[in-house]
Amino acid sequence: MAHATDTKSTQTTRRDFLMLATGAAGAVGLGAVVVPLVSQLAPDAQTVAAGAPIDVDLAPIAEGQAIKLFWRGKLIFVRHRTKKEIDEARSVDVATLPDPQTDQSRVKEGHDQYLVVYGSCTHLGCVPLGNNPGDNKGDYDGWFCPCHGSHYDSSGRIRRGPAPLNLPVPPYAFSTDSKIRIG
Amino acid sequence: MSGHSSYVPKTGFERWLDARLPIIRLTHDSAVSYPVPRNLNYLWTFGGILMFMLVAQIVTGVVLVMHYTPHATMAFNSVEHIMRDVNYGWLLRYLHSNGASMFFVAVYVHIFRGLYYGSYKAPREVLWILGVVIFLLMMATAFMGYVLPWGQMSFWGATVITNLFSALPVVGETIVTFLWGGFSVDNPTLNRFFSLHYLLPFMIFGVVILHVWALHHVGQNNPTGVEVKNVQKDTVPFTPYATIKDIFGMVCFMFVFAYFVFYQPNFMGHADNYIPANPAVTPAHIVPEWYFLPFYAILRAIPDKLGGVVAMGAAIVVLAFLPWIDTSKIKSMSYRPIGRQLFWAFVVVCIGLGWLGAMPAEGGYVIASRIFTALYFGYFVALFVVGLFERPKALPNSIADSVLGSLQGGSGARVALATAAEPNAKG
Ligand code: HEM
Ligand code: FES
Repeated sequence: MAHATDTKSTQTTRRDFLMLATGAAGAVGLGAVVVPLVSQLAPDAQTVAAGAPIDVDLAPIAEGQAIKLFWRGKLIFVRHRTKKEIDEARSVDVATLPDPQTDQSRVKEGHDQYLVVYGSCTHLGCVPLGNNPGDNKGDYDGWFCPCHGSHYDSSGRIRRGPAPLNLPVPPYAFSTDSKIRIG
Repeated sequence: MSGHSSYVPKTGFERWLDARLPIIRLTHDSAVSYPVPRNLNYLWTFGGILMFMLVAQIVTGVVLVMHYTPHATMAFNSVEHIMRDVNYGWLLRYLHSNGASMFFVAVYVHIFRGLYYGSYKAPREVLWILGVVIFLLMMATAFMGYVLPWGQMSFWGATVITNLFSALPVVGETIVTFLWGGFSVDNPTLNRFFSLHYLLPFMIFGVVILHVWALHHVGQNNPTGVEVKNVQKDTVPFTPYATIKDIFGMVCFMFVFAYFVFYQPNFMGHADNYIPANPAVTPAHIVPEWYFLPFYAILRAIPDKLGGVVAMGAAIVVLAFLPWIDTSKIKSMSYRPIGRQLFWAFVVVCIGLGWLGAMPAEGGYVIASRIFTALYFGYFVALFVVGLFERPKALPNSIADSVLGSLQGGSGARVALATAAEPNAKG
């Protein structure tokens, strides 16, 4: 018995080759099973297709008002900001912000009054309050997330609370002066 | 403790079956002749109660599925249909939703029983860890079940909890998208949660079998924490002693369960969950089910997103390491003067965290949550340190001595020890 093991350890045998080949085939087979099992969890074709660009008319949104809409199943806020709100967003020292970004970089040039951001809190995804008149807008004239108390300013930037990031700006462009296309 | 089998097949059929599948022998050895320590108190009936609750959840759940529709546009109405149109549908749903709460009541009593009597210590480490696994699976099951009625709390609970994974660096966002099957919580999410909500209880069942197997291999702990030394003197047979006591405990527990089902069926729920899910509006005050509140408080106490998630996970995982964290060789807190006080402080901390988890995350509540979170983890540090120097009280010689010693009046030494242990046993 001891003799046999000795031979085995010093020589490559046909059996070693078979072991390796079987192991390799098994690994490939396992991978071939795991890929579809995991991949089916991803967003399906229908969900992805529902992400086609949408057009939004901004004209009906009066100054100081905001609307909510859905794109790719995600909530989006479009806010027509007042002069005061824009000034507040621009007067703050950017370096002091938790997620430093200028207000200018979050809006389209020449359309500074319109702010378009995703409407889910970057903490754990609740919808911040502040779109409706009478809502609690937080301490910075923007939004307030009721779930764990995050305050966003009038540029949608996080100012205080557990949320780590600013409300992201979705991809969009102005097609006319009062119309945008999201996506 | 799993010793020699005392089963004797009586009929010809039993002998025939015993030679082929010794299932009656297995049942006899584990539920009839199985020796249990003679000094167990009512806290030991909660294992049986948990078994009953698991079966009750599976039975009511399977029946609910016969009337429930797992689709984002139909789920809410199908639950209302169960409540209004299906014969006894209201009863089945209230049994299931309150059953989940009662299941957690029982599991928390069961866990604290283990903490007090040191049931996690050698040789019961694996038994204890399997218990922690069951607890985790229960939490996953209850969370996904709560999503199924697709009310406002269902939807926003699902959103907040799945978003916890977005805190993970690099892979977080991808994991969340894969959990959702979309770009937000939606119909694909509901479908997969439904599938898993059906599956997990059966996985729990599997782990329960391992849990009981481990239990029957090492034997039950008992209020003194002294291991069985003499099976004749220290134990009684499972049937009738434990069987009857367990059934009595179960019936008492069912009274409480029935009180909630028939008189306060929505006491442990949230009114907001009777509003259909609306992805555009978050309820003003969102809180998880009561049984998650202590962990939710820990999550919110940490001002950093990833840190909060890690602390919450650690609060549960740390339990699995308890057998090696607690350095004391004495199992039962009844004989640990300092350990016992720590234990009761820990109970207060857990209840306090539960209360804080239901309060808004602002001002003084946040500060209190931070202090209590530190105390929660402090318990484990304290157990480690105190075990190194604490002087335990005298242990009884044996289980039999602890219950019979003073009555028997045997040898002088035994009487002395038993009386010495007496005041401690009363705590
Ligand atoms: C570990 C055992 C289980 C626990 C802790 C549990 C927990 C829950 C909870 C908390 C709910 C929400 C109840 C509500 O607020 O309406 C729920 C709903 C539901 N569960 Fe379970 N469940 C368990 C086992 C099962 C099983 C085995 C099935 C099916 C085979 C099932 C099927 C359902 C269905 C169809 C619903 C939706 C109807 C409703 O909301 O009442 N459950 N479950
Ligand atoms: S989800 Fe907004 S603060 Fe937590």
